[in-house]
Formats: sequence, C-alpha cells, structure tokens
Amino acid sequence: MSSALYDLIGLAAGVCFILALKGLSHPKTARRGNLIGALGATIATLVVFVYVTPPRDGSAAHSLPLHNFGWILGAIAVGLIIGVPAARKVQMTQMPQLVALFNGVGGGAAALVAIVEYLNLGSDATTAEVIFTVFTVVVGCVSFSGSIITFMKLQELMTTRPVVFPGGRFVIAVTLAAVLGASGWVVTALGTTPLLVLAALSLLFGILFVLPVGGADVPIVISLLNAFTGLTVAASGYVLNSTLLIIAGTLVGASGTILTRLMADAMGRSLFGTLFGAFTAKPQDLAAAGEERPVRSGSPDDVAILLNYARRVVIVPGFGLAVAQAQHTVRELADLMLSKGIDVAYGIHPVAGRMPGHMNVLLAEANVPYDQLAEMDEVNPTFGQTDVAIVIGANDVVNPAAKTTPGCPIYGMPILEVSNASNVIFLKRSMRPGFAGIENELLYDPKTMLLFGDAKASLTKVVSALKAL
Amino acid sequence: MEAMAIVSIFVLAVFVGFEVVSKVSSTLHTPLMSGANAIHGVILVGAIIVADHSKTNLELGLSLAAIVLATINMVGGFVVTDRMLEMFKGKKKEADK
Repeated sequence: MSSALYDLIGLAAGVCFILALKGLSHPKTARRGNLIGALGATIATLVVFVYVTPPRDGSAAHSLPLHNFGWILGAIAVGLIIGVPAARKVQMTQMPQLVALFNGVGGGAAALVAIVEYLNLGSDATTAEVIFTVFTVVVGCVSFSGSIITFMKLQELMTTRPVVFPGGRFVIAVTLAAVLGASGWVVTALGTTPLLVLAALSLLFGILFVLPVGGADVPIVISLLNAFTGLTVAASGYVLNSTLLIIAGTLVGASGTILTRLMADAMGRSLFGTLFGAFTAKPQDLAAAGEERPVRSGSPDDVAILLNYARRVVIVPGFGLAVAQAQHTVRELADLMLSKGIDVAYGIHPVAGRMPGHMNVLLAEANVPYDQLAEMDEVNPTFGQTDVAIVIGANDVVNPAAKTTPGCPIYGMPILEVSNASNVIFLKRSMRPGFAGIENELLYDPKTMLLFGDAKASLTKVVSALKAL
Repeated sequence: MEAMAIVSIFVLAVFVGFEVVSKVSSTLHTPLMSGANAIHGVILVGAIIVADHSKTNLELGLSLAAIVLATINMVGGFVVTDRMLEMFKGKKKEADK
C-alpha cells in the first residue's frame, strides 16, 4: 500500500471521529455516532496491519507482515478478553468508575508507546521529538495514576472525602518541580534512567493531584483527565509521524476540555475551584459534625398515608436509587400514585448520582416516561406547590449547605430546593453523609421524615402499604 | 512531516473539537465523555506501530502491554458507551407513545 493511500484512509478514520463526536452531542443520533466512532477505530486498526511505516534512517520498509505479528494479535486478544466482558457486565451503578478506568489505561498506553519509541530512537531522536515524548510520558502517567485514584474513590475502595494532609500544598509543589526538573534532565541527558525517574514522579504527581478532590467533583476530574489523555495521544502522533493520532487525540483533547467546562458549569463550580478548592479548605471543616441529634423517622405506612393525601409529589432520585437498583420499584410507586390522581414528577439534578446524566440513564432503563422527568430549573419553582418531596438516596444535591454555608465543599452548587415542599421524605441507608461528606441540615428539619433501609426494600413496602389504603 | 503542516492540523482539530460539542445537554455529558474516551483508544494504532519497531525484548514487552491497555480502552469504551445509549433508546420509544 502506498503511503498516500495509507494517509487517506487515516483521514477517513479522522472524519469518522468528528462525525462520532457530533452524533454523540444529540440524543437522536448519539447511538449512531458511537457506532461511527467504533467504525473509524476499526478502520484505523486494520489498516496498520497492511502498511509498514518505513524506518527513520530512510531505508526501505520491511515487507509484510509486521514484525512480532503473532505477539501483536495475541496482545489484542488479551485486551478484548479483558475489556469486552468488563464493559458488558458492569452494572449501571459502576459505569462511572469503569469509564475512569478505561481512560486511565488509555493514558498508560500512550505513556508506554512514548517510552518504547524513545528507547527505540535512542540518540537519533530530535529535540522536538524528545520534548513531545516527555509531554506524553508526564501527562499519560498523570492520567493513569489520577484515573486509578478516581476509580478507587468511586468504587469506595478509599474515602470519598477530599484527602488533605498537613503540608499537602508544599508536597504537591515540590513534586511538580521535580517533574519539571526530571523533564529537563531527560531532554538534556537522553538516557533511560532519567525517563524512568520522570515516569515515576509523574505517577506520584497524578495521585497527589487527585487526592484532594472531593467526591462530588470526581466526574469533572475524570472528564479533565480524559482530555489530558487525548492530548498525549496527539503528542505521540507527532513522534510516530501519524496524522490520524494527531487528529483523534486533538479532537478528544479539545472536546474534552469543553465538556469539562460544561460539567463544571452544570454544577455551578469553577474549574479552578474544583481542582484547587480542597487546598484552601481547612481539614477540620471537612471533618466537622458527627454529634448525635434527634431526627424524625417514620414507617412505610406513615409514608404511604402522607402520599395518599398529597396532590403533588416530586421524586428526587440519587445514587442510593442506583445502588439499590430500585428504578423499577420507584416507577411502580409513581404509576400507583398517578392512578390515584396524584400529580407526580421526577426532579432530576444534573449531577445526581456519580456522573452527569446518571439518573436519566437509570430511569430510562425502567421505561419512565420522558415527560415525567423534570430538570432542575423546571422543577425548582414548583416545590412551593408540592405536598411531598421524596428524596431517594440523594443527599448532596438537596443539601441547603450549598446555599448557606460558604466554604463547604459544595458551596455554590445549584441544588433541588426540596426544603420548599410541605413535607420531605428521605429514604436513606443510614445517617451517613453524602458523597461529598457534608452533614445535611435538612435531615433535622421538623417537616422531614426519614425512612431508613435499602431504597428498594423501603419502596416495595411503601407500595404495598399504599395499595392497601 | 513538516512542522507547519502539523501545527495547522492541530489548530484546526482544536476548533473542530470545540465546535462539535459546544451545545450538548447535560443528559448526554456522560455518554459523550465515554465516547470521546473510547476514541483516544486509537492509541492502539501507535502501540502496534511501536511493536513493529521493537528491537529488544524490553521494547517488545512494553509495547505489548501498551497494546493490551489500548485495546481495553478502545473496545471497552465503545461497548460501554453503546450500553448507556441503548437505555436512552428505550426512553424515546416510551415518549413517542
């Protein structure tokens, strides 16, 4: 195959990626967009097998097949065996962390590619190539280790609260300085050892960079790291002389940056505040509360009676709904109330759950009619006329502290103003605070009733109690 | 490749990337992030190229590791995005009724 044809096919794959992102931006075309993206990736992968990149010294390219052909196929098979079942079997609740993990391994792959090409080129590398290699290694490693930390936070393998330790800012600054120093070392000394030191320091920096980010902000960080990985792919495209990698990587980097900003806007956060907010907060503020205070807890029958005499009910779903897999039960409850002539709506906070749009996906799975889902701006003015707001496994997105307590990690985030409803029912597993780790004053409000237990079990009991009335 | 050509490609791709996602509803943030995530799995192409270049066992081992990771990123990413979007389809059908 001629190099012109190879480049042309690469360009076609690049166009597929543009169409994919475009398609993914609209509900009607989203699924097709994703398939177009997959098509582009398949074309790009197949075509590397039939075109051998000529070596740098200008000598002719070796004949097909590729060197190490069998090994390459084997490694792809291993990737498929790991990746496909993971993506197929993951539960909706765990999807955000899977995306984080996929992003991390992508960043790791980019860093490894850059390292191999660097070892391979040795002293033949131009200064520009070394600089791009350094960039890929640093950002790829940060993306890898950072994504692993976000994965652990979302999987609750570690605390979801911001991890802030004394002198944290100093340690991060020193690590960053060391990364920059090692980068300079690699560019001047051109050795394997400096590169490995650089990779190790970058991995450490990625960990330190994500640790102080509070739970609720994790999705924004995943999106940012996603954009980072895109840029590393573009940089490795420069070193490997591949237009396709430059186009694909840059597209992801640019769209990922915009997406990160859109997400931050949806949460009412500045990007800067998200990333560095925890540095300015004092650790003791975050660890506050915890003393015993009286709450009003009720039985499923109490809840059913309250609902039976309501005219308008707003259901506010959160991560607890996803954990309990209660989306079908909540729909059953809503249908039952509708059949009793009660006006029912779902109040969807843009970042309820662990990712923007998480609740929409979950409720769509239970075939909840689209017109019952109300976005935050739509539903907030109606809470004044709402008799009962049922908060199912949500906490931070209804926490008035976001409006009243400057300095708390979610301050400034728009919330669902359920406190304006005549009655508030919280379905909770325990008194544990939400993902952001902040106490919720609303739980102690006299008009609030708590129903403890797994959301699905509680809802099932409420449904049968309501049927009996 | 010429430096100027690369810079041109880069700058144009930045603008295209900004433009295509500038108006997206919050409902689609997660699938869009996941889809973009899958696209950068195309680093698989780079991993295959360096595996072909590899001269030592160390280089081969690292590039094979890169292939495994990149394949997981790419294939897993597209599959998981499709699964998310499959559920949206159910929703639209319901709304059409």
